[in-house]
Amino acid sequence: MSDVVERTLTALPSLLSSDPSPGRPSSTSKLGTLIRGITELTSKHDEEKLIQRELVSIKEQVSSPNTTMRQMKELMVRAVYCEMLGYEASFSYIHAIKLAQQGTALDKRVGYLAVSLFLNESHELLLLLVNTVLKDLQSTNLIEVCMALTVVGQVFPKDMIPAILPMVEEKLNHPKEIIRRKAVLALYKFYLIAPNQVQHIHSKFRKALCDKDPGVMSASLHIYLEMVTEKPESYKDLVVSFVTILKQVVGGKLPIDFNYHSVPAPWLQIQLLRILSLLGKNDRSTSEMMYEVLDESLRRAEMNHNITYAILFECVKTIYTIHPKAELLEKAAKCIGNFVLSPKINLKYLGLKALTYVVQQDANLALQHQMTIIECLDHADLIIKRETLELLFRITNGQNVKVIVEKLLEFLRHSKDDYVTIDLGGKVTELAEKYAPDNSWFIRTMNTVFLLVGDQMQPDIPNSFLRLLSEGFESAEEDQQLRLLAVDSYVSLLQEQPARLPQRFLQVISWVLGEYSSVKEGLEPATVLRLLAPLLDLRHCSSETKSWVLAAMTKLSAGPACLSVAQELAERHGGSLDTTLRQRLHELQHLASDGELLRRVLPCSDGLEPLEVDSTLSFLDGFVSEALAAGAAPYKPPHQRQEELAQEKALSVEPYGLSLPLSLSSSSIAGRLSPTVLSMSSGLSGNSTELSPKGGSALRLEGVTRVWGKEGYLAKAALKPEEAAKTEVPCPLSVLQEGGSAPRTPVVSLPAPAPGPSLQAEREKQQLASCLFMGLGSQGAAGPCLMGKAEPTRHGFRKKVKGQGSSSGARGPSGDSASSSPSPLSAQSAMDNLLCSSPLDSGSTPSPADSAPSPADSAPSPADSATSPADPAPHLPHDLPANNRPCDAQEDLTEDTDTSETVVEGNSVAVVDPYDPEPLCLSPHLPEELCGLPRSEIRPLCRDASLVLSACCVRTDHSSLLVVFVSNASDSAARRFALQMTSGDLEVSRVRGGPEEEEEHVEGHSVAVYQYSLVPTRPSVHMELAGRASYQRPDGEPQSTPFSYGLSLPDFIRPLSVSTEEYGRLWLASSNDIKQNLALLSQEPDPLRATLHRLRDRLQLNVVDIIASEGIVACQLLQGPPCLMHCRLNAGCLAVWLRSSLPELPDCLLYHCQRALAQH
Amino acid sequence: MHFLLLFSRQGRLRLQKWFTPTPEREKKKIIRDMTAMVLARKPKTCNFLHWMDLKVVYKRYASLFFCLAIDDQENELLALEILHRYVELLDKYFGNVCELDIIFNFEKAYFILDEFLIGGEVQETSKQTVARCIERLSSLRNSCRRLRL
Repeated sequence: MSDVVERTLTALPSLLSSDPSPGRPSSTSKLGTLIRGITELTSKHDEEKLIQRELVSIKEQVSSPNTTMRQMKELMVRAVYCEMLGYEASFSYIHAIKLAQQGTALDKRVGYLAVSLFLNESHELLLLLVNTVLKDLQSTNLIEVCMALTVVGQVFPKDMIPAILPMVEEKLNHPKEIIRRKAVLALYKFYLIAPNQVQHIHSKFRKALCDKDPGVMSASLHIYLEMVTEKPESYKDLVVSFVTILKQVVGGKLPIDFNYHSVPAPWLQIQLLRILSLLGKNDRSTSEMMYEVLDESLRRAEMNHNITYAILFECVKTIYTIHPKAELLEKAAKCIGNFVLSPKINLKYLGLKALTYVVQQDANLALQHQMTIIECLDHADLIIKRETLELLFRITNGQNVKVIVEKLLEFLRHSKDDYVTIDLGGKVTELAEKYAPDNSWFIRTMNTVFLLVGDQMQPDIPNSFLRLLSEGFESAEEDQQLRLLAVDSYVSLLQEQPARLPQRFLQVISWVLGEYSSVKEGLEPATVLRLLAPLLDLRHCSSETKSWVLAAMTKLSAGPACLSVAQELAERHGGSLDTTLRQRLHELQHLASDGELLRRVLPCSDGLEPLEVDSTLSFLDGFVSEALAAGAAPYKPPHQRQEELAQEKALSVEPYGLSLPLSLSSSSIAGRLSPTVLSMSSGLSGNSTELSPKGGSALRLEGVTRVWGKEGYLAKAALKPEEAAKTEVPCPLSVLQEGGSAPRTPVVSLPAPAPGPSLQAEREKQQLASCLFMGLGSQGAAGPCLMGKAEPTRHGFRKKVKGQGSSSGARGPSGDSASSSPSPLSAQSAMDNLLCSSPLDSGSTPSPADSAPSPADSAPSPADSATSPADPAPHLPHDLPANNRPCDAQEDLTEDTDTSETVVEGNSVAVVDPYDPEPLCLSPHLPEELCGLPRSEIRPLCRDASLVLSACCVRTDHSSLLVVFVSNASDSAARRFALQMTSGDLEVSRVRGGPEEEEEHVEGHSVAVYQYSLVPTRPSVHMELAGRASYQRPDGEPQSTPFSYGLSLPDFIRPLSVSTEEYGRLWLASSNDIKQNLALLSQEPDPLRATLHRLRDRLQLNVVDIIASEGIVACQLLQGPPCLMHCRLNAGCLAVWLRSSLPELPDCLLYHCQRALAQH
Repeated sequence: MHFLLLFSRQGRLRLQKWFTPTPEREKKKIIRDMTAMVLARKPKTCNFLHWMDLKVVYKRYASLFFCLAIDDQENELLALEILHRYVELLDKYFGNVCELDIIFNFEKAYFILDEFLIGGEVQETSKQTVARCIERLSSLRNSCRRLRL
């Protein structure tokens, strides 16, 4: 069959020539008639009528049994067209799927196209496509396979990935490169939507990377970019390969048809540069490997074409991201200069963007281009202006904050785009809080923000503003002044035109007046009440705002004058339909008349004590236990409820046994059957409903814990805030000016000023420049530094750590609709060639697919060596079971300080700490009763001048103990030594050993041993323990050192000994399950036994029984439920099925099984 | 890449491709916003726009606007060249492509796009290879016709 296709393909040219023009409009078709009909209409209404008629006729025809597939194809195209015009044609979705299923190749193609255009991932009809895709993937017709892979790469239901995954994997070995490429892209798609599913095929990605076809190789880079983003440290071993590939691409070693405007494979180059920048970030030794090729890229990209600039831009970004090298930085800076100064507006934009990126490391660069930046600030193109503001935002410091905020506010005043308004509002607030030079400026700026941004403002802005006012900062006097200023300005605002103020601002105003109007001397509460009262009459005032206003009034209502206002209000609004309002009014009236009660209810307290909030709601415990005793259902958190819901809805991916082709059933069906079902199914006749007993073989994917997140392993999430805080450190601009001395601002020397008015303009600009760039670069020739020294910046206000998320959640404008009158198609303009001058190369001759010259064959050779089968899956750098890797932050630090040496062991990069306190000599200190028990190796936790902390994890039958060794190498004792440990995943409790708490000392030259019992609160793949050791130095100074310790699930897994019968009972009792194929240790004489024993040895599982090609294994989470595993040999791999009553457990355990088997 | 839109100078949509799942309502709003924003751009302004947290890269070819939305960190110039490469591919297939070709044969324009971009990533950068794939598929059509004849 495939021969036929091949022959058809080779007969191509002659066939093509028989078709006079491949794509000219077929004006006789029905689609043509429809299109022309629409073009001739003049009103939107007519168009609507026409399309509705069209849709009715399509609907009639698609449901008619006499419609042939060919006609169906035509109908689908028309339906797609109607949808494109914005008319729903949902009735045709199911027919599109049918067309893809039943049509011949060409019809099928239209069917698939329609499906990919009509449906998105979550559409339930997509499930009906799964079978078709399966069938086509097995087809011997290459084109059908291609079509199936194309559609899989675009839309495919997440739940159904397991059903087709083995087949897509198979395609990675297909002889045709186009199939391999599409398979790689389909896997990329899977990786994006369900990373857990493709974890086991990482080695195959490596093979794709080494593919002899450059197309396949570059497709695999998409996956690598994603994976490297998530976990750069796992792919350091590939740096050499990436660098080599890039070198060869840059050197023009790829086939000529990969050139784009005579630049060799630009997309590939840029993809590689991105990957390299991620790998080289904060890693000196890795960065050093790239310097040469980066230099080469910069040098080669000389042509004056957009695509070369695109490459240059990416090069510059990479150079500034990786460990810096002066020579390259210089070249990159020159490059940015060329961009910024370019007359081409697109390049200018990119230059500004690059500057924004770079100024955080090298503020001087902004200085060099200050005049250009000033010009861009007044650019006619708003986009350029906006980008410039973004740059200014990044270079703000305590000295130029006023000018920059003024510029931002100016833009804000004219902005019509809601999203921009919200975003800029947030930025101004951030700058004001960080750098405000004085109180009155701060209040003024915030007032402007409240006025301009109005009610779309992110809610955290008013909240943090109010918190700032109430909690204050350094000096009480300043706080008081700030409040006074706020009260002052609000009183005058209310006196002017309160009706124009936005709701949020009104709320802020009422709160501040309610709390602090007493700060201002001579301001009578009654006066404030009279100012606030009219707000209740405002029509646009929401009931929420009214509540704020009334709450403020209640706080102030003391004295007879207030009582009269209150009564007046009660009369006017007493009849309001709003019950909250009425209640508040009532309260106000009551409290105003009873001063004693008011003082008791709302005690006037200036120094607001932070309120104790019982976040666990423990006072409800009694109520809950009563309710439970009375038979109420226990509370389930929302995620659990959702999970259970999902479980009920879950689909069975078991294909219908008998209707499927044989090749599939052998590879996947059998592997997914449970022991119980297997015995049942032998007597069944392939009836699918019976094959899937409720909950039994239903695949439940929603509930699976995500081991991977956007930031990498989710277990490390605890580390994130720290890292985030680090990057939040403002750019290393000097703000430290002693005694307010005049700032030294280097200003570029201007060419001799021309006489006349232009001189004036120039001067203004120069003045602006000196204001804007004040404080920049005053560090002199400090040179670019990557990490940005965390110098003690003088923050006017508390620095708010704000993520990118603060500007999200904003919504764009409702937008005015585009001109709706359909103007007739101007034939003339429509006939214009899209490419004015055809840039198509005329000389190139199409070369047949198979004989394509591949000088790139040599390209992957270095990569090949990295993936030779002898290599133990190099992307798994951790040793099992000792998972105590130092946290990444530490790793980065040690690498940065340049004191550690990096040793490459096998393929994993291990950082050897030169301070390693020889763990061996600590083992004698291990408590006697723990000797001989299995334990992880002793690893250093942290150290400072006198103390070294090390720890290991010891497993006893019923507990896991963390043993901490505190060795004091100094002569003096460390007094009042205390250890604190917390973890989100673990319950930590002190066991015994070491001196008693509080007044503990660690004598000089001694080792104290502490024991902690660890119990996991919930299973997760990795668990992080954060702690802090504090003690007093001999000179009495307190000392405190943080540390962290990583544990993994196997530390808490214990074998569970059960009989086969008990196992069966347990199996039925457990509800959460997961299935997967694992690698088999196939080189062993008895692979099943060897594999299971490996799991037993590595993960402390109990192998209950092995019968023929099946095995059952059981284990238990420490002080937790059991987890059962059923294994079965199947087509060269081990099909495992895990079950437990704890939803996360099987997933986590499976992960460690994969790891245990991946390491040889 | 988030989406690709082709529309005429009159703001009429000619082609739409969504690389990330987008609800219907949102799509309509985006199309409305895009046409309004892009058509309102003056000459001699840059080819980039901000839309929410995305960057929109657009380019006009004759009477058609090509408009591609990318993430903020992505390379705008490269996106511009992606549009150009797509136009080149259309040109190669249709031979001096014009707006009418795309209007009346939009499904073919989609097929070409599917061979070039997939799931929001560049699938194949070699023009020859993409062209070959497309040719293969159109040859299929011809051979089918012949069989019927």
